[in-house]
Amino acid sequence: MKNFGGRVLFLDRSDINTDEIIPAKYLTENSKEALKAFILEDLKLPGFSPADTAGKGAIITRANFGCGSSREHAPWVLEVNGINIVIGESFARIFRQNMYNCGMIAAELPAPTLEELFRDFKGQETTLTADIEKATLTFAGGGKTKSVPFVLKDFEKALVEAGGWVEYAAAHY
Amino acid sequence: MGKTLAEKIFDAHVADRPFGDTWVLRLDRVFCHEITTPIAINDLVSKKLDRVFDKTKLKVVIDHVSPAKDSKTAQQGKILRDWARRHGIKDFFDIGRNGVCHAIFPEKGFVRPGYTIIMGDSHTCTHGAFGAFAAGVGTTDLEVGILKGVCAFRKPETLRINLNGKLSKGVYAKDVILAIIAKIGVAGATDKVMELRGPVIEGADGVPALSMEGRMTICNMAVEAGATSGVCMPDRVTVDYLWPFIGPAGEKAYATKEAALADYAKWRSDDDAVYAGVVDIDCSGLEPSATVDYKPDQVKTIRSLKGTRVDQVYIGSCTNGRMEDLRAAAAVLKGRKIADTVRGIVSPATTEIYTQALKEGLIQIFLDAGFCVTNATCGACLGMSNGVLAEGEVCASTTNRNFYGRMGKGGMVHLMSPVSAAATAIAGSITNPEDL
Repeated sequence: MKNFGGRVLFLDRSDINTDEIIPAKYLTENSKEALKAFILEDLKLPGFSPADTAGKGAIITRANFGCGSSREHAPWVLEVNGINIVIGESFARIFRQNMYNCGMIAAELPAPTLEELFRDFKGQETTLTADIEKATLTFAGGGKTKSVPFVLKDFEKALVEAGGWVEYAAAHY
Repeated sequence: MGKTLAEKIFDAHVADRPFGDTWVLRLDRVFCHEITTPIAINDLVSKKLDRVFDKTKLKVVIDHVSPAKDSKTAQQGKILRDWARRHGIKDFFDIGRNGVCHAIFPEKGFVRPGYTIIMGDSHTCTHGAFGAFAAGVGTTDLEVGILKGVCAFRKPETLRINLNGKLSKGVYAKDVILAIIAKIGVAGATDKVMELRGPVIEGADGVPALSMEGRMTICNMAVEAGATSGVCMPDRVTVDYLWPFIGPAGEKAYATKEAALADYAKWRSDDDAVYAGVVDIDCSGLEPSATVDYKPDQVKTIRSLKGTRVDQVYIGSCTNGRMEDLRAAAAVLKGRKIADTVRGIVSPATTEIYTQALKEGLIQIFLDAGFCVTNATCGACLGMSNGVLAEGEVCASTTNRNFYGRMGKGGMVHLMSPVSAAATAIAGSITNPEDL
């Protein structure tokens, strides 16, 4: 199975919507790669620049990430930029499903755990390693290391292992 | 113990339960448009899986950018058009006979109580107004839906919203759904079915039941509170709307409306159904309202926003571009002109609505008032074709999203009812119709 994680991008806000992740005007593209340059172009977050996504492999955010549109272009623009795991308190249903359908991970952590992670690591060069078998996320940065468990539901794990929903469905239905 | 409508639909459509909390449902409808479907088609072709599970259950429209604005959107239309022809999909609605997906599919009678419906469009929840389980999905779910006719869901809990009281004059379905979202928040119904009940929807002593159009407006924005689907109980209003399709003139005839009503009763929540939560809203006290800021749960009364500058007024979209909406807006605009400082744009939601509005003289009223009337399209709603805002511009809009950048980079959108939007166009700033 592929590796999940990498350098962490901190997006300290709730309700980051799909229009902020990838504006509708780019939905005229018919390939994932063409979306690459437009990641988080309209994100309303003080101090953030889309250039901050360079070299990142994971996002940590707050509640209700990915609300709004059904556009799978939102997970895709993360994927083509090398980000394959997003960690937050909660996700919009369609966005979360889109992530797992693409064989990517949308991991939910309790608010107090997220609070600790933001407190300990935000503003520091931080790396995330995800162990899917043990369902553990390990953060390392600024001389500190912290491991937290997360819940990967059986169906979601099956999708990640299969490589996505098309592959799973082709084998089962 | 009784069951909710959503639970009954899940029970009747389950194809597989690979894990306890995952339900793979058989689909009655897979709706498609030219923005999210072409990538699914391309992927199926590349995987040598260019097949469809049932060409009669696929319904296809070009709506988001119509007519095409450039080579890329022309290509999206071509991919969809070629695919529909290749697979003999009869119900394909091209330029000149098209309309916004969530308006044209009900208009053509493609929705029934108890159906399971997916589409690669988040506002697919609109179709729950007919007592269906209708959910927006991404392109991968759409792809598997096209190929296999199934889609996976966690079994959704149901949040019951009781809309009590009676709407005051000047208060519309749009004001009701804004009140709901303001009360429960943009994530208040995540992973849940939002069941719309109470006198405002179903009618009661002296309160008429809400029209199908009004129900669609409310269900349309259920996703703005995170809901998987919004649902209304099928009743006489539903049967009256569907009668041309389900009656003796339709394909699957019920002999009488009473027979249809009796059959559809199986798609109603039981009285002793168990809900994840119940929210009571007294609609008698509602005023015409609008969103502020960049989230649909930030709602204020039109009165409190009086005088807020707008540069553009947009009447249209899958939320509020239907006949009832155009009639209500035109009634305000009749004999008046919009402010010189405002650009007014109206997009009838379907070609059939456009035609009817023409017959009724509404189009002339819009033109006389100074509106630009476009063809049937999603148009300005999501800033990917016409009606885009410039940096710092403000639009009063009957659409469903006010996200930052939604209608154009740096623009601001205030969501409101067609009547409030019409009054705002005349005054040149946000205005309560009664204050004109």
